[in-house]
Amino acid sequence: MDNILLGIQTALTPTNLLVCLIGCALGTAVGVLPGIGPTATIALLLPITFNFDPVSSLIMLAGIYYGAQYGGSTTAILLNLPGETSAAVTAIDGYQMARQGRAGQALATAALGSFFAGTVATVVLAVFAPPLAEAALKFGPAEYFSLVVLGLVASIALASGSLWKALAMIMLGLLLGLVGQDVESGASRFTFGAGELDGGLNFVSLAVGMFGVAEILRNLASGIHRPSMVREVKSLRLSRADFKQMTPPVLRGTLMGSLLGILPGAGHVLASFTSYSVEKRISKTPERFGHGAIEGVAAPESANNAAAQTSFIPLLTLGLPANPVMALLIGAFIIQGITPGPNVINDEPVLFWGLIASMWVGNLMLVMLNLPLIGLWVKLLTIPYRVLFPAIIAFSTIGCYSLGLNAYHVFAIAFFGLLGYVLIRFGCEPAPLLLGFVLGPLLEENFRRAMTISRGDASVFLTRPISLAMLVVAAVFLVVAVLPSIKKKRDVVFAEDE
Amino acid sequence: MALRPPPSRRPARFLALATVSALALAACSSGGSAGSNSAAGSNYPTGTITMVVPFSAGGPTDTVARLVAEPMSKTLGQQIIVQNVEGAGGTLGAGEVAKAKNDGYKILMHHIGMSTAPALYSNLAFKPLESFQTIGLVTEVPMTIISKKDLAPANFKELVEYVKANKEKVTYANAGIGSASQLCGLLIEKALGVDLTEVPYKGTGPAMTDLVGGQVDFMCDQTTNTTAQIKPGKVKAYAVTTATRVKSLPDIPTTTEEGMPDLKVGVWHGLYAPAGTSEAVVKKLTDALAAALKDPKVIEKMADLGTAPEAADQINPAAHTAKLKAQLDLWTPVIKAAGVKAA
Repeated sequence: MDNILLGIQTALTPTNLLVCLIGCALGTAVGVLPGIGPTATIALLLPITFNFDPVSSLIMLAGIYYGAQYGGSTTAILLNLPGETSAAVTAIDGYQMARQGRAGQALATAALGSFFAGTVATVVLAVFAPPLAEAALKFGPAEYFSLVVLGLVASIALASGSLWKALAMIMLGLLLGLVGQDVESGASRFTFGAGELDGGLNFVSLAVGMFGVAEILRNLASGIHRPSMVREVKSLRLSRADFKQMTPPVLRGTLMGSLLGILPGAGHVLASFTSYSVEKRISKTPERFGHGAIEGVAAPESANNAAAQTSFIPLLTLGLPANPVMALLIGAFIIQGITPGPNVINDEPVLFWGLIASMWVGNLMLVMLNLPLIGLWVKLLTIPYRVLFPAIIAFSTIGCYSLGLNAYHVFAIAFFGLLGYVLIRFGCEPAPLLLGFVLGPLLEENFRRAMTISRGDASVFLTRPISLAMLVVAAVFLVVAVLPSIKKKRDVVFAEDE
Repeated sequence: MALRPPPSRRPARFLALATVSALALAACSSGGSAGSNSAAGSNYPTGTITMVVPFSAGGPTDTVARLVAEPMSKTLGQQIIVQNVEGAGGTLGAGEVAKAKNDGYKILMHHIGMSTAPALYSNLAFKPLESFQTIGLVTEVPMTIISKKDLAPANFKELVEYVKANKEKVTYANAGIGSASQLCGLLIEKALGVDLTEVPYKGTGPAMTDLVGGQVDFMCDQTTNTTAQIKPGKVKAYAVTTATRVKSLPDIPTTTEEGMPDLKVGVWHGLYAPAGTSEAVVKKLTDALAAALKDPKVIEKMADLGTAPEAADQINPAAHTAKLKAQLDLWTPVIKAAGVKAA
């Protein structure tokens, strides 16, 4: 209790409130802009925070990170432009809601769901951080492999009508994920000798191309005569029915996000995809998904924000980074003269509890920042499309160029925009492809790592209990998919056709 | 350029045009003056300097770069921006600086990877000794040989016996092709005469996570990454790979003490400019670097990382070039013999 008071005291000093606000506002801004992500922003701001005291600097940097998770959904919903993995899921139903004139509701759902999830995850972080971190360490390569298999199978098993198309898209995504230098042998794969491809394809240029640019091409090809994206924007407020529909998904999304966020590497990525799949699986009306289901926005957004908070657990309790942003924060710790590691909680209570308390304050700020902005964002959609689409292209291009200050990224969005358009014409959807792209490298790396450690003995996946449990669940999913009697339940998880 | 229609009728457009042309003019003039001044070197630096780090932000090399960039920019009176150009084991960023203008406005912080790149990469866009002008050595980060906390051996000698006896079973984690942990692994293999089962990771973070979680047996990595886990006993430390003991880890013996003087490796960092940079500019950079490495704040923060600034007589182009040559001679045959290839 003393600790929590200490944290609140620290977080509520005028300086820390200010840096928290700056961090959150900046984070929202970079989240909204496609391309410029939290990693680049934090890297740029790192030198400035030299002169802050350690707590303030980390509060600001953390604010940028979870603020970006918040802002990332805005363009995904409004313009079908996901700037990061999790927002790609939000785009599926969020963009459809926007097209139906319900952009305000979609944005409000995302904001409120994120706030709730952020609050819960902060409590989880405060109460359970050390034991959860220890539990996450039980996840070795074999467990990660099985987790990824489960994630992939879950999405395949849920597909019905376009099962083959969804499967093909996942496979294509897996293959695209293989591009680049092989970690084990160093061999370049599918790079055609181009050095830019050695590091692999970039998620942002893939997503911006496949979703944003392809959508523009589709709109233009189908002859957009309407003056704007949406003929009328209905009320921005969430109705009582909306609240009733979004509450259970928010709760489930928060739970799943909080747990998966702790796992380094794979967790954050899986959280939003998994929660979306689960919502669709248990829904009584799965056919609404992909056509503007509010649950399809509520669940992944909550999961994503919860995971963003709990991904601090390995960093704060063990000094181990869960993702590139956390690795960057380790650098910030070191520059501030704090050794990140198991001792931070005891040696630096002001930092640990202050940061946690500031996360809740920051979430509150984000909701207050974002809710009034919704009206403004929605107005964007009333801009005539002939003005809007060049602006989208311009911002996407600038954003992607900023990824590595390399024109290659610009060509990449053009290429993936065309590919995405062709795929849409064939009735194939980009979401399964993105899932495969993100999970493919994790699948391969962890499989090879597990096999190397076991010296080629594949039984390792079955003899480790956590791994076995996940494979069993995956097998059950598969059976459900194959059994025709349960066929009714099967539906296209990612179908977005009109 | 004639501005039509008359500005009075279209004030907004005129203003916009005027602003753009003014900005363009300003950009041209400042760019031009920076270029001409640097040729003489007398006024250098008159603009922002970019320090390229060929690895990701937040990593150990990035941390070192940011530590020295701040005091250096104070000495030079101009801002130094650290830019991360990551990819292909640091060769992309190094290649970018190699082909940059040699006016001292784009410099490179690189580590031991400069001396291993020619052996690892067949189509290198630069030659370490020819494409760069050395500025000075910065720091040499010691490495530590560590294991998961419940690995049986109690000391380095036992570890050597254990690895030799269980060479079929023991797993060694590394942070990927060309990483310091992989290089150290090569030296361990050579010193012990064994062929390790290497488990590669994408970077040091995930490798350390799996070592702390007990998924892999042992590894050798920089004190930057390992000290935080060694102190609370989350991993077991057997030896440091330096000639003398590391101040922050006084209880851990050196490989030399343990009778393996050849098992010596440190992640040395150096500052580079493109080849052909004028002597005056190099001298200013060398002096600024030397001053930065005397800064008590830098010394203190480096100590937190388990390292220390290079000795004063190493912070100059001659010592740096000598080190680079010696390291190229050491690593090229070791890497070729192990058959490691990055591309």
